[in-house]
Amino acid sequence: MTEALLSVRKLSRRFAAVEALKEVDFTVEAGEVHALIGPNGAGKTTFIHHVTGFLLADSGSIHFAGRDVTALSMHQRVAAGMARSYQITNVFLGLSVLDNVALAVQGRPDAGSSFRFWAPVTADRRLFEEAQHFIAQLGLEKHSATLAGNLAHGDQRALELAMALATRPKMLLLDEPMAGAGPEESARMVELIEHLARQVTIVLVEHDMAAVFRLADRVSVLVNGQLICTASPEAVRADPEVRRAYLGDAA
Amino acid sequence: MAFYHSARHREALSIGLIGVMIALPALLTACGQEFYIGFASRILIFALAASSLNLVLGFGGMFSLGHAAFFGIGAYAAAICLRSGITDALLVLPLAMAVAGLFALLVGALSLRTRGVYFIMITLAFGQMAYYLVVSARAWGGDDGLALVGRMTFAGFGLHGEAAFFHAVLACLGLSMLFLGRLAEARFGRVIQAIRENETRMEALGFPVFHYRLSCFVIGGALAGLAGALLANLTGLASPSLLQWTQSGTLLVMVIIGGVGYLYGGLLGALVLLCLEEVLAGFTVHWHIGLGLLLLTIVLYAPKGVAALFAKTHD
Repeated sequence: MTEALLSVRKLSRRFAAVEALKEVDFTVEAGEVHALIGPNGAGKTTFIHHVTGFLLADSGSIHFAGRDVTALSMHQRVAAGMARSYQITNVFLGLSVLDNVALAVQGRPDAGSSFRFWAPVTADRRLFEEAQHFIAQLGLEKHSATLAGNLAHGDQRALELAMALATRPKMLLLDEPMAGAGPEESARMVELIEHLARQVTIVLVEHDMAAVFRLADRVSVLVNGQLICTASPEAVRADPEVRRAYLGDAA
Repeated sequence: MAFYHSARHREALSIGLIGVMIALPALLTACGQEFYIGFASRILIFALAASSLNLVLGFGGMFSLGHAAFFGIGAYAAAICLRSGITDALLVLPLAMAVAGLFALLVGALSLRTRGVYFIMITLAFGQMAYYLVVSARAWGGDDGLALVGRMTFAGFGLHGEAAFFHAVLACLGLSMLFLGRLAEARFGRVIQAIRENETRMEALGFPVFHYRLSCFVIGGALAGLAGALLANLTGLASPSLLQWTQSGTLLVMVIIGGVGYLYGGLLGALVLLCLEEVLAGFTVHWHIGLGLLLLTIVLYAPKGVAALFAKTHD
């Protein structure tokens, strides 16, 4: 068996008296869409924070793309090929869509150093051409010059994805991409994610079960900081423990 | 936020202004007001110092309350250079910038690990440490400061004449503003402005935020050192009060009056504040009251500063 793209071993984190994560084992295979579900407060976002390096664990290890990234900071993990989107839209509202995505392109190691003090960015044609490419991929072409703050909610979510994608990640962690979206926006987001899944491995944290069961190859369930199971969507849906812990109200 | 973008249509205005500035000493002499040449040099020097703080505060989003330390260190570095026989500006000024920049590197490397009010406090503490160090250094004149032995020269030419010195200061300010203007629109400028808005997002895009912040802090410190070296040459004294936190406060007030995050904010602020001081001090020793009223007016009615009143409004 080939080595997993992401391999988290016995990851634990305690905040004062709260055990937020308890010896979580979690693997993501290259090419899959791996959904992470669980009730509110289960520690999903906390877990994402640890995988991306925004927070560091008390114990356990994280291997990504054949490297031990446990001690690496967030920007180093991004350089290694991890990108994330945020639960609450996190884009530069005062900048145009194009400038937002160009900034993301600029952050990539292969786009050259940003310790450049003289040449104007606007002369950096490649940066903007590449940004346009990602904007087109997310269907935002006609909003390229629009200020991000003036975009509709769904378009802001798409911009968020375009920025994450512009870092050319090996793995994309999407933290509740459907949050706050209406049914139409959700449908559009599902289509976008299906489209993205063809080019990049995806970890999807999501509450929208219809979306999860449609998109995911595998589903992991996190309850009270513990990973209680990882299986195919069908098996997870049938698992009595999962139903009791989580799907109870929906089942 | 939008990224800083220079107004191209003002190029003609800038060139005109530079022409006037070059002719200023001759104009003042013609009017029999030579005294004001030195005053004009002082304004330009403070314009540079305030602009260096504006880079750190306005563009980099780092609220440093110890910026005067770099300013004062530049002044002392120049004084010590001249005492040890190094007189050429091409050596004195880069050395002063290097010493101030190195101190900024030390202060930044430690203080940029903190945020918010802690950052303000730690930069203040470092600034005051430098101040007390200088005050207690007997070899450097302690309380009295360090008098300069003459003025630096430039490639063999003396800068003793107030007009020649003014032109040297003008060149330093002009080059620095050109550099800052280019920086603001270059990749580096975009990164630091975006970090100012949302550092976590920038980190999540793969930018090593700490390194960018630190570089910005060091450039600001080095430019403040340049201004300090020029001021010491103007007044003939490196005084400890240049490092004191009240001096940092003065620079902050200049930036706030002029316009935080506007390229010419520091310049305008220094111009307004020093002219006001000159005029009001002629009427009363309590001129700080007038200054306070002005600051209140600006904060209440033009919170983005004087520069914002001139700036072309977008969208």
